[in-house]
Amino acid sequence: MYDLIIIGAGPAGITASIYAIRKSIGLLVISKDIGGQAAWSGDIENYTGYQFISGPELTSKFEEHMRKYDISLKEGEEALEVRRGQDGITVKTNKGAYEAKTVIIASGKRSRELDIPGEKEFKNRGLTYCATCDGPLFAGKDVAVIGGGNSALDAALQLMRIARRVYLINIVSRLTGDPVMIEKIQGSDDIVCVMNNAKVREITGDKMVRMIKVEKNGKAETLAVEGVFVEIGLIPNSAFAPDVAKNSLGEIKVDAFNQTNIPGIFAAGDVTDVPEKQIIIAAGEGSKAALTAFRYLNSYKP
Amino acid sequence: MAKKVKVYSTPMCPYCIRAKQFLKENAVSFEDIDVSSDQAAAEEMIKRSGQMGVPVIDIDGELIVGFDKDKIKKALGL
Repeated sequence: MYDLIIIGAGPAGITASIYAIRKSIGLLVISKDIGGQAAWSGDIENYTGYQFISGPELTSKFEEHMRKYDISLKEGEEALEVRRGQDGITVKTNKGAYEAKTVIIASGKRSRELDIPGEKEFKNRGLTYCATCDGPLFAGKDVAVIGGGNSALDAALQLMRIARRVYLINIVSRLTGDPVMIEKIQGSDDIVCVMNNAKVREITGDKMVRMIKVEKNGKAETLAVEGVFVEIGLIPNSAFAPDVAKNSLGEIKVDAFNQTNIPGIFAAGDVTDVPEKQIIIAAGEGSKAALTAFRYLNSYKP
Repeated sequence: MAKKVKVYSTPMCPYCIRAKQFLKENAVSFEDIDVSSDQAAAEEMIKRSGQMGVPVIDIDGELIVGFDKDKIKKALGL
């Protein structure tokens, strides 16, 4: 039985692991990937100590720091269930099952999906959740960005320079991102076509995306596009812990000490209801959770 | 003999950067193909992999889509 299992190796999980190992806690880190959303970030200019660093670079620094210590890490492994039993907490993954006295859930968030026909079939066949990554492949093509918040506007602004025509499909009556970005979008109406009150119903094509069906003000419309960029926000990776209390967004409720409603289960970073989702906040929350776990273990009675 | 490795990528894609870092850390030399500036290479990548996501890593003709560390390690015998 481990003293501590940390689920996730983003800023919160990695920082928790460093604090925990320095307290000589016997731990295991289980994570699908390294860096989490930080690895997906572009330019970071507000992480103290770095005036400018890219997401992948900061992720490398985090990983390097973690690997300086002898921390056991199961990478490419995904938690499927976390439950507290009579003699500890069981973590089931896609590859095995582990027991621990304490668990820190630091599993972050992932892109929200549209949940419409064609989404799964056309993933990476024209449909993508990363405009920064795959955008350049749509040079001179007609594309659609789904969403109306900052990430959708950011994607539209990037694609504007590459694609021939960009449809911005927004489910509510007006765009909700930063005014500066909205102005830029509105100033480019030769390329960007904003469709408010519009909902994507289906994605169709052959091997690749060819068309989307959109419902606007109750009327069905078909748009010929070769790219679909989904930017409709993030959802917390918290479903594997069914007994842990969550808010209406699915974020795990934690107190100021990162405790959940279940003794021995702590949570940190973007998966929690902590106000503000920032790399530096996630890292700080990770350290706090590790220190709380340390105190808990000191008075642990099985 | 060293395996022939090609990385189809775009400049700003975080997982492309991570994949290339990983290869460098393991002293694997590779050809870096920027599909954002090379349309012919982009088409070749899409045709060969049957999809449009980057990175695509070609290890002696075996294609790996995405930064899949386990598959890359296996293909390289690391």
